[in-house]
Amino acid sequence: MIQKHFRELSIAVALALLLVALAVFAPNFFALQPLLSRLTAQTPALVAAIGMTLIIVSRQIDISIGSQFGMCAVVAGVLAAKGVPLPGVLLASIGAGAVMGAINGALVAWLRLPSIVVTLATMVTWAEALRLWQQGRLLDLPEQVKWLALGQTVGQTTLVVFAAALVIFAAWAMRNLAAGRHVFAVGNDAEAARLAGIDPQRVTFGVFVLMGALIGIAAVMSIAQSPQVQPTCGDGLELKVIAACVVGGVAVSGGRGSLLGVFLGFLLLANVNPALTHFHTQAYWEKAIQGLVILLAVAADGVRSKKAINPVVSAVQ
Amino acid sequence: MTPDLLSLTGIIKSFGSVRALKGVSFDLRAGEVHALLGENGAGKSTLIKVITGAHQPDGGTLAVGGVAVAALTPARARDLGIACIYQQPALFPYLSVAENIGLRLKKSGPFSRTRWKEQRACAKELLERIGAEISPDAEVSELSMPEQQLVEIACALGTGARIVIMDEPTASLTQKEQHLLFAVVRDLRARGIGVIYISHRLEEIFALADRVTILRDGESIGTNPVADLNEAQLIRMMVGREVSQIYPPSRSAPGDIVLSLKKLGSRAGGVRSVTLDVRAGEIVGLAGLVGAGRTELARVLFGITPADSGAITLNGQPIAIRSPRDAVSHGIAYVPEDRRRHGIILEMPIAHNITLAILRAFFPLTLLRDGAETKLAQQFLFDLGIKAYGPDAPGASLSGGNQQKVSVARWLATNPKLLILDEPTQGVDIGAKAEIHKIIRDLTRDGLAVLMISSDLPEILGMSDRIGVMRGGTLTAVLDGKTDAHTVMSAALGKEVA
Repeated sequence: MIQKHFRELSIAVALALLLVALAVFAPNFFALQPLLSRLTAQTPALVAAIGMTLIIVSRQIDISIGSQFGMCAVVAGVLAAKGVPLPGVLLASIGAGAVMGAINGALVAWLRLPSIVVTLATMVTWAEALRLWQQGRLLDLPEQVKWLALGQTVGQTTLVVFAAALVIFAAWAMRNLAAGRHVFAVGNDAEAARLAGIDPQRVTFGVFVLMGALIGIAAVMSIAQSPQVQPTCGDGLELKVIAACVVGGVAVSGGRGSLLGVFLGFLLLANVNPALTHFHTQAYWEKAIQGLVILLAVAADGVRSKKAINPVVSAVQ
Repeated sequence: MTPDLLSLTGIIKSFGSVRALKGVSFDLRAGEVHALLGENGAGKSTLIKVITGAHQPDGGTLAVGGVAVAALTPARARDLGIACIYQQPALFPYLSVAENIGLRLKKSGPFSRTRWKEQRACAKELLERIGAEISPDAEVSELSMPEQQLVEIACALGTGARIVIMDEPTASLTQKEQHLLFAVVRDLRARGIGVIYISHRLEEIFALADRVTILRDGESIGTNPVADLNEAQLIRMMVGREVSQIYPPSRSAPGDIVLSLKKLGSRAGGVRSVTLDVRAGEIVGLAGLVGAGRTELARVLFGITPADSGAITLNGQPIAIRSPRDAVSHGIAYVPEDRRRHGIILEMPIAHNITLAILRAFFPLTLLRDGAETKLAQQFLFDLGIKAYGPDAPGASLSGGNQQKVSVARWLATNPKLLILDEPTQGVDIGAKAEIHKIIRDLTRDGLAVLMISSDLPEILGMSDRIGVMRGGTLTAVLDGKTDAHTVMSAALGKEVA
């Protein structure tokens, strides 16, 4: 039990220590309204992390999600500005994300191109397309988009509850639906999965489409929090989300990982900055400390699995 | 008298609470082939690792050429002339043969210059010495498995090895390639090199070895000249019990035709014009040399490289198989060769491995019920006698024979009509082999049709009701199961069947 969930437990402990330290030294951290605001601001990236977990478990990577996010946000913003009601905006954003995901997925699954190269190319393509289309303009959003027209507190609560529900459902589905098992099987050994009658190409394609669709949802959750849409609003999202996956114990070599771990890793990384603020430390330490957390997590993996996978040791034997 | 090349006395080695070696003694003389025999888990690999310096023994002494060696390391073992050739050669696939040999022979610093000509000449000379027709400029990835083994042997010679360890070198070789390898081993012996030879195939021991040491449960049961033993004695020493009948008898009378192939061919798959029937309750063995098209035929039947000519009929219905998914939906199951790569997923628990093929890709929203899954897995663990601490144990924790059983269980769970087995007992110890044979035979009693590919001739002869022999991508003969080895081999080699 402890062995199997070592990573989840160790991050939970780290997170708990951080929260306890905050509770003792900076009780202001837990003031309700600012806390809710901070949580809400993190929900779009959390939703993206669900998709990234699936992508990495299936032994792929998607670094184009920042550009996808910007594209979806602008599509949603343009439609909202034209007076399309919120459900329509959401569907359009999901559709745009799914199409971009499908393009990545088709290139990776059927043309067998490496995902890092494909998504690098689409990352640049979507970002440039967006720049040409919007020329760097900020889009003003109509009032009824802000907080889903529910008012700030209710809107924020809705977004947080929705994101939490999505994470819980995805975690359940990864364990309890055949599709989830297929993702793990393909990530572990695509050839073995194929010989078991699973179509690895379909699984890979499906995972990329799902990633895009989740980015579509995340983009709408993001624009609901602001009066304007910036075409560059997704910049750096991929790094944040991949970091959460790595810290959360998703194996970059595929086939292993849990959403619980990713969720905890995400919270840990997301709390570095507010914690620094509350400890009255200069905020520019944030990136350095996040980097340190990632290094620690990876080093922990290296030490733990040294015997199992160390290529030097196995070559000698 | 010269001292023994290698002598081990009272070697003890424990891993945690498990005593892998309980005081094993072993010696190797110059110019002999000494076979090491034992079931999986008997301690052979541990003993080899002690000799190559990969493991430090907890007790006992080790002497090379009469000189006691304490604290042997892999590098020191190499300097002492100990070389080990593994089943899967450890070569760099994208470098040339000469580069591989050069890298192995010379320790060079990062800035030392590669002397290409010298390296090539040296590789050429070594390859010629063992009579291998391999170009030093060939890229290793283009070589066949036996050719790669020859390169390994050339490396061993080049390092001046006096003790050569061969760990199941013929596991993936064809009969013809085996004979080539045997000639090389005999040549090594003639040069005064001592060879430690590990194999599960008894006929090889008799063909090649001078002496044999049998290990059982970490103890040496005895060392004897091979000439003093017969097969039955050897088996008894290995398993510690009388194995009266290695192959279960065929009892069932075959039923209706399940699978019928008419001039089946696949250009991409390298199979042409195969016509064959397989009946319910029947085991059809597929014999032939590696590369004769047996695995290729299985891959066509399972939709991996779909057929482009001819017809497949299953239970009287003409069918098309375009993908493994099609094959699974038609009730065809394929337990592939090389289970470590593709037969089971090592990181996944046994239960997940067993249910993998029944979680149909058509219904990705199928709900998995933990309880039902565990129950199914437990049933198979019991039915097939899979030794594991439970359905949650990862596939990697099992021995080879048990992994194979899990691989079979996965397909039995799909309730297939036709089971294709590709080398079902490769690298499996004798006890587990007999169990797997019994399982296969029992399955046919329930009307399952079995197509079994094997390079192990006694297995083909012992298990098959009928034997199909393949050569050059097509079926050249269908023989009765009661035929003899000579007839099968002749057909496989393309000689007139007497």
